[in-house]
Amino acid sequence: MIEVREIQKSFGEVEAVAGVTFDVGGGEIFGFLGPNGAGKTTTINILCTLVRPTSGSAALAGYDVVSKASEVRASIGIVFQDPSLDERLSAYENLIFHALVYSVPKDVREERIASALDMVGLWERRRDIVRTFSGGMKRRLEIARGLLHHPKVLFLDEPTLGLDPQTRNKIWEFVHDLREKENITIFLTTHYMDEAENCNRIAIIDHGRIIALDTPAKLKTMVGGDVITLSTADDEAAAEQIKELHGLEATAQDAKLILEVPDGEKFLAPLVRSLDTPINSISLRRPTLEDVFLKLTGRTIRDESAGALDSMRSHVRMRRR
Amino acid sequence: MNMNNLRAVYAIWLRDVIRYKRDKARVVSSLAQPALFLFVFGNGLARGLSINVATGGARTGYVAFIYPGIIGMTLLFTSMFTAVSIVWDREFGFLKEVMVAPISRASVAIGKALGGSTVALIQGGIVLLLSPFLGVKLSPLLIITVLPVMLLISFSLTSIGIVIAAKMESMEGFQVIMNFLIMPLFVLSGAMFPLTRLPVWLRSLTRADPLTYGVDALRGLILGPKLAEFSLALDLTVIALVGAIMISVAVYFFERQ
Repeated sequence: MIEVREIQKSFGEVEAVAGVTFDVGGGEIFGFLGPNGAGKTTTINILCTLVRPTSGSAALAGYDVVSKASEVRASIGIVFQDPSLDERLSAYENLIFHALVYSVPKDVREERIASALDMVGLWERRRDIVRTFSGGMKRRLEIARGLLHHPKVLFLDEPTLGLDPQTRNKIWEFVHDLREKENITIFLTTHYMDEAENCNRIAIIDHGRIIALDTPAKLKTMVGGDVITLSTADDEAAAEQIKELHGLEATAQDAKLILEVPDGEKFLAPLVRSLDTPINSISLRRPTLEDVFLKLTGRTIRDESAGALDSMRSHVRMRRR
Repeated sequence: MNMNNLRAVYAIWLRDVIRYKRDKARVVSSLAQPALFLFVFGNGLARGLSINVATGGARTGYVAFIYPGIIGMTLLFTSMFTAVSIVWDREFGFLKEVMVAPISRASVAIGKALGGSTVALIQGGIVLLLSPFLGVKLSPLLIITVLPVMLLISFSLTSIGIVIAAKMESMEGFQVIMNFLIMPLFVLSGAMFPLTRLPVWLRSLTRADPLTYGVDALRGLILGPKLAEFSLALDLTVIALVGAIMISVAVYFFERQ
């Protein structure tokens, strides 16, 4: 459904996307996972024909995104990272506008708007002005709008950014439902690890490059088994001792030591017994995509996302929602 | 232009009209500013300085003289505000929704120009309703003639606004546009003073202002051709030409975005 070959995009000196190649099959939920500024939105913008790639090629539903932009646009639905509704129009009016510019045939227009609003649970609020909606309602309305013209591919750029966990879950239920009913291909970007678990396949992207691409389960096998996190009175001494006694490399992260072990449950007791340094806390868990990212890049995905500019941006976004 | 693009022009036009209808404050304020100029400023100036206007052998009271000018002002302000709302759309993301739609960029610019002209025409039409209070008689036939002229003026002015909005990065620039474009266009148009007996430098400036020809056309129609500086044919030609050039530039800018 989507074929991307060596796409590269530079803005002046800055290389936002440094040559990425991947395919997305029909009916797949495909996720782009990476920190802010990794090139996720730029890639989406190229696939949506909003940005021209500096080099490389991409095709969507068989249409080239540069030479057949119009056909591509008619085949896709997009929910942008930032809100893009007309807040002074009602929910219904926003959808009518969309139906008109996407040439939804007149005889099915009302019916599609009704079923789209019904699907996202906004039918009762159709006459209300969008400005009075909560962030989650606006998001759901945008998803309904993105589907109105029955696209083959739905792009969701950070679909749940700035939303509360309840609304996030609701939106995800809705996305899964949608895939089952309409067999639509879904391409999404996120920097929430737990959210990425919802995808069939994930591409982990960093500094404009894909550094891993697989199913969430397979990606997690890249981490050597289970993850033990412990904090001790003297982490440095503990790390040395662990290396000496168990031959394991412990990484320090946020004033804690992180260990990867094949069988965590069996290893826990010997580990506790073997350390001379008093242990403050210890925990064992299955690996998450966060661990995969840490393993691949040596950083947590949040490291870069707390910059001043970014927190200001998300602040602005929250205010608008 | 195929059916899809025509439908898109209609959608973009409809959106501006709905937004205008919903904005009651705008409808009320559309009357407040002209009323302030006509009843307070006009009256004060005319009475205080005993001004009558005499040009081309015709005489008229000052308030009646500036009336077509104030209609022109209303068209100018409304057209510009509606056009510049594109910058808001960009800031609030709605423009993206339009830009990824499978429609030509030309239809976006044209839809916006028609939307802005329609809203300006309605606002100008409301100012026409003030005529009985100013001692200006408007026959139904005259109103039917004036309205299309007002629409043409509005279309040209909105197109100028769209060209600017296409190049404007943020709403902060609006103050600059207000001071360096909208106010000069208004003041130089001869809305408030006759264009005869001006020093050469001012004369040339007024002639470079497209709104001058709009106000002149309205003045000729409403108060009689003797009070107009140019012929109606010349006025309409200049306005139409400016409109055609500006909408082409607007389409060009949009296609390159």
